[in-house]
Amino acid sequence: MSTRTRTADTARTADTVPEIEISGLHKSFGDNHVLRGIDLEIGTGEVVCVIGPSGSGKSTLLRCVNLLEEPTGGRVVVGGTELTDPDVDIDAVRRRIGMVFQQFNLFPHLTVTENLTLPQRRVLRRDKAEAARVAAENLQRVGLAEKADAYPSSLSGGQQQRVAIARALAMGPSVMLFDEPTSALDPELVGDVLAVMRMLADEGMTMMVVTHEMTFAREVADRVVFMDGGVVVEDGTPGQVIGSPAHERTRHFLSRLLDPAMAEVEEGRGGPGPG
Amino acid sequence: MSGADTTRERAAPRKPGLSRRRKRALSRAVQYAVFVAAVAALAVTADWGRLRNQFAQGDLAGEMFPEIITLALRNTVLYTVSGFVFGLVLGMVVALMRLSSVGPYRWVAGVYIEIFRGLPALLIFIFVGVAVPLAFPGTEIPGGTYGKVALALGLVSAAYMAETIRAGIQAVPRGQMEAARSLGFSHARAMVSIIVPQAFRIVIPPLTNELVLLFKDSSLVLFLGVTLQERELAKYGRDLASTTANSTPILVAGLCYLLVTVPLGFVVRRLEAKAGEAK
Repeated sequence: MSTRTRTADTARTADTVPEIEISGLHKSFGDNHVLRGIDLEIGTGEVVCVIGPSGSGKSTLLRCVNLLEEPTGGRVVVGGTELTDPDVDIDAVRRRIGMVFQQFNLFPHLTVTENLTLPQRRVLRRDKAEAARVAAENLQRVGLAEKADAYPSSLSGGQQQRVAIARALAMGPSVMLFDEPTSALDPELVGDVLAVMRMLADEGMTMMVVTHEMTFAREVADRVVFMDGGVVVEDGTPGQVIGSPAHERTRHFLSRLLDPAMAEVEEGRGGPGPG
Repeated sequence: MSGADTTRERAAPRKPGLSRRRKRALSRAVQYAVFVAAVAALAVTADWGRLRNQFAQGDLAGEMFPEIITLALRNTVLYTVSGFVFGLVLGMVVALMRLSSVGPYRWVAGVYIEIFRGLPALLIFIFVGVAVPLAFPGTEIPGGTYGKVALALGLVSAAYMAETIRAGIQAVPRGQMEAARSLGFSHARAMVSIIVPQAFRIVIPPLTNELVLLFKDSSLVLFLGVTLQERELAKYGRDLASTTANSTPILVAGLCYLLVTVPLGFVVRRLEAKAGEAK
C-alpha cells in the first residue's frame, strides 16, 4: 500500500512540485492521540494559515513538519525529501525549513547579530564576513539594523520576534513555519511582526502559519486550514473557510472568536491593566 | 449576650496579657541579653594569657613569612586549581552522561555520583595514595603529588559539580534546544554552542562555592605523605607547630585560608545577586 502512495506522490511532484506534502500523519503522546490522520499539501510560494481551537493539534502538526515532534505514523515530505525516512539527515533538511516560535527563543547569551551569525557559521560553515553580511542584510529586512549589538533581553517582544524571523531567514530557508508568532505579544506590538510576515508572503516565501490572527489569515493567506480534534475539518480559500464556512464546527469556532460580546468580556478583563 | 461579646471583640481585638508587638520587643531584648551574657562568660572564663602564649606569638608568626605565602599558600592554590580543573572536566562528562539517552551511561554516572558524594574526601585521598599504586603496580600518576592531589580532589568535586552542571543544563528552557535544532544544529553541536554556555552562566555561583570547599579540602594532602617542598598551608602550619611546640603557626595558616575564602565567598554572593537580577 505504501508503494502505491509513493508512486502517486512522485507523479504529483512532477506536475506541481509541492513544497510540503503531509499524508496520513498521526501523532500520539502516550494515550493522547493528537493528530488523527492529516493529509495536506502546500505548494511552492503558497501561504497557508492553520486555525483551530486550542488542543486541536495545529501546533503539533507544524512541529511535525520539521520533526521537532516525531510522527507516530504517516509521511512528511519537504522539498522532495522524506523527513520520516530514518536514513534522512534531519539536520540538513531543517536548514531549509525556518521556524518561528511563540516564545521567540532567541539565544539570550548572544547579541542580536551573534544570534544570526552563530547558526550560519556553525551549521552552514559560512566565513565570518559572509555571515556578518547576511546577518546585517536580514536585520535590515525586518527593520532592526540599529539593534545589531543589543542583547535580546533589552528588546520588546515584537522586536525579539522580528529578530527571530531574521535569524531563520539568514539560513536561506525555502519554507518558513510560524507557530503562533504573535500570541505572546502585547496587542500594540503585533502589527510590526505581521508586517514582516506579509512582506515575506509578498516575496513569494512558502509559509505555514499557525495563528489566531483572522485578519492576517483573511488578507495574506492563499489557503486557510481549519483543524479540530486532530483532523483537518475544512481546507480552502480564506473566503470559503472564514467567509462562509461549510462545517458547523468551523462556524462555531469562528463565532466564538469573533463574537462581540465575548470580545467585550475579554477587553473588560484586560482593561484595568497598565498596558 | 455572647453575640454582643464577639462584636465588641472584633471591634477592638485585645487579648489578655501582652500584645503581639510587645511580646516581640521583649523576645528581642531577651536575645540581646543572652548574647551579651554569652560573650561576657567567654571573655571572663577563657584564659587569655595562655591563649595568647599558645596562639599569638608575634615573632614566631613573623618568621613564617614569606615562606608560608611563597610555598604553603602557593601549593594550596596549585592543588585546588588543578583539582578544580580536573573535577570540572570530569564533572562535565559525568553530567552529560547523566543526561544521555543511552541507559548504561546514565547508570554509570548515577553510581559514580552516589559513591563519590557519599564517601568522605579523606577516604578518597587514602584510596588514591594507597590503593591506586597497589592495584596498578608500576603505574605512576603523572605529576607526582600534584597529580595525585588533582586526581583525588577532582574525583570528589566531579561528583558534586556533575549534579550542579546537570541542574544548570536542565534549567535552560527547552525552547533553546528546539530553536537550535530547527536551525539545523545537531543535538551535540546545540549542546556545545547554545545550551552549555547558558548552563554555565547559571552554575557559576555554585561552582565558585565548590572552589571554596575544594580550597579547604586540599588540606587532606596531609594524608598523602608529601615532601617539604610540597607542603600546603595545613601541613606547613602543623609541622611548624610541632617543631616550635606552639600553635601560632596553626592560627597564621588559618588566617591564610580566610585570606582567600572570604573574598571568594564575597564574589559568590555578588555573582548570585547578579544572576538574580538577570532573571
